[in-house]
Amino acid sequence: MLRNNSHSSEAECRVVAKAAGADEVAMTEQITGSESLVKSLQNAGVEVVFGIPGGAILPAYDPLMDASNIRHILVRHEQGAGHAAEGYAMATGKVGVCMATSGPGATNLVTAIADAHMDSVPMVAITGQVPSKAIGTDAFQEADIRGITMPITKHNFLITDPIDIPAAIAQAFHIAGTGRPGPVLVDISKDALQAMTTFEWPEQIALPGYKPTTKPNSRQIRQAAELILDSKKPVLYVGGGVIKAEASSQLFELAELTGIPVVTTLMARGAFPDGHQQHLGMPGMHGTVAAVGALQRADLLIALGTRFDDRVTGNLDSFAPDAKIIHADIDPAEIGKNKPVDVPIVGDAQVIIEALTADLQRRVDEGERGDFAEWLETVARWKQTYPLGYDEPEDEALSPQYVIERLGAIAGPEAIYAAGVGQHQMWASQFIEYSNPRTWLNSGGAGTMGYAVPAAMGAKVGQPDTVVWAVDGDGCFQMTNQELATCTINNIPIKVALINNSSLGMVRQWQTLFYNQRYSNTDLQSHDFPDFVKLAEAYGAVGLRCDNAADVDATIEKAMSINDRPVVVDFRVHKDAMVWPMVAAGTSNDDIKVARDLAPQWDRED
Amino acid sequence: MTRHTLSVLVEDVPGVLARISGLFSRRGFNIESLAVGPTEKAGISRMTIVVSVAELPLEQVTKQLNKLVNVIKIVELEDDNSVQRELIMVKVTATTNTRSHILETVELFRAKVVDVAPDAVTIEATGSIGKLHAMLRVLEPFGIKELVQSGAVAVSRGAKGISDRQLRSA
Repeated sequence: MLRNNSHSSEAECRVVAKAAGADEVAMTEQITGSESLVKSLQNAGVEVVFGIPGGAILPAYDPLMDASNIRHILVRHEQGAGHAAEGYAMATGKVGVCMATSGPGATNLVTAIADAHMDSVPMVAITGQVPSKAIGTDAFQEADIRGITMPITKHNFLITDPIDIPAAIAQAFHIAGTGRPGPVLVDISKDALQAMTTFEWPEQIALPGYKPTTKPNSRQIRQAAELILDSKKPVLYVGGGVIKAEASSQLFELAELTGIPVVTTLMARGAFPDGHQQHLGMPGMHGTVAAVGALQRADLLIALGTRFDDRVTGNLDSFAPDAKIIHADIDPAEIGKNKPVDVPIVGDAQVIIEALTADLQRRVDEGERGDFAEWLETVARWKQTYPLGYDEPEDEALSPQYVIERLGAIAGPEAIYAAGVGQHQMWASQFIEYSNPRTWLNSGGAGTMGYAVPAAMGAKVGQPDTVVWAVDGDGCFQMTNQELATCTINNIPIKVALINNSSLGMVRQWQTLFYNQRYSNTDLQSHDFPDFVKLAEAYGAVGLRCDNAADVDATIEKAMSINDRPVVVDFRVHKDAMVWPMVAAGTSNDDIKVARDLAPQWDRED
Repeated sequence: MTRHTLSVLVEDVPGVLARISGLFSRRGFNIESLAVGPTEKAGISRMTIVVSVAELPLEQVTKQLNKLVNVIKIVELEDDNSVQRELIMVKVTATTNTRSHILETVELFRAKVVDVAPDAVTIEATGSIGKLHAMLRVLEPFGIKELVQSGAVAVSRGAKGISDRQLRSA
């Protein structure tokens, strides 16, 4: 929520003015638009900004230098600033902030903004714009970034009058951090930053068209509780919204009370402890047999803060064919978007789950409770019969899954893991055991290669006392590794587990399965170039290398022992490892394969 | 696919039209017509958007529109409890022989002539889309040189204004 440091009532205003004599002066004191921007950021409670200056944003950087309570971290590429802001936001729950100049500076933020939009990450991006008189003239470093980001922001602003700066910043943080979180861009023309203005932090946010519903309708809660009690085979289908709403402990209570099995989507890993006996793992394209099977055979889905993404549902027509659906989300537009719903609930996941638990508890107290023991036994059997696993390669080569499994075991459930996109991401989701929310960061919706290193950097800035590992692929790493310089210089000691299979592994996997093993342009030759150990050292990080299973533990422990600079471990793994299970794109979840041409044997009664 | 008329109250701020039209295009919805203008309240504009979609996508359109921060309210106006009007101006070839026939048509459709030239007349007409199309069919044989048509505007019947009404369950 908005942290309003200014007075909240007239009476208080007078008191403050008498005591300090400051606020009253501030309302009439002439300051520059840039100073107004920095004051606004302070009033919004900003502690960290990731950014890089340039011509149009330059005025803002001058007062920023004197803002001792805002830490500006100078990145090497604007995309890094954007993902760092995302990582910071995901690890802390606060709104992440990135800053860039006009034109290419702003367009370099676009990928990260789109990423934040897809994954509902609260973020405010501030960009400089060419002077207002030059807007529309194809001026040097001009890009219509408001127009460009319209489809990929929750909202955006173009400010050309400095008097509008405080309100725009206040609104931006409010919009980014409330309701369904998302990115907001504030584009400010250079002349607005330079002109003189007065500063007044708005007491209230004036947004007549923005009123997110947080409190659920009690009748729908009641209907949901009734559906749950009437069901025989319910599944709690949990999405990233549960983490955004800080509703993990409420979810835990609901699950324990009802005994209903839980699946957590890629965005929800950590929302419910992996070690819990009711947890079936991740559903979807690379989900566990138990999770996918449970959704397919369920008679009721209790969908919480999730959006029935195609990577979860597979072919939509054959998804969960026998299930009634309770769909709870803070965004009404998600409800019924992909799948018709029996009980829609709009509201904040935490409030909804609390209300649902309370309603069910009352029924339990009255002797009314669901009996899901048989169902739980069935899904537990699937879980036991089809655990996640992998084949060791025939030669001595290192298995990527083994590396990731050991990393999770050694770094433990308190560490934060940020993944790139591809095979290593799926393995990091599958083979690391998550117990806590906000410990698993990844680019779920957009699938942005290059997310891991800057996101890990942002997470480490937000949680400096937590071990932060980037689990990255050799393809992804080469897209954003320049931020290692930022990490070294700013004392942000992240650790990078480079799962180096010398190829674009997931694309290669599809070529193996669907393109007759014709490996068109997926061989990165990154066992030869670059030398990642030297690259790490060039950035002032420690570079380690490991190419056999016997050294994995010792290498990870060595990396864990270095805390004064970043560490990059080049794990040289074999390239033929595959991500299983798999539901091929566009096919039914019923056609899940646990290995090539190998379908699970469902119980006969199913 | 049926025709739906949405009345959308929006904040009168730069970019709001782009936000709305952009939303329709990127979500794959076609706008049949769109008209925008000021309302009785300063700072609030009203858009009348006519779309041809099935019931379920319409719900998505409404919900997605509602997510736009500058959108204040959306109401669907049904044909039987609202009045809808469009405006057309049509330039028709007119000769000494045909002019009187054309003026007869103008009279029949309660349209009016807004410009006359030796070889053409320009006709202005307002009405429902059905009436306007009927008039155009009659004028067509004379030779239509130019046609310009506004988007539909619509208002509910009865005493209540859009601000008093609840959005039809979206």
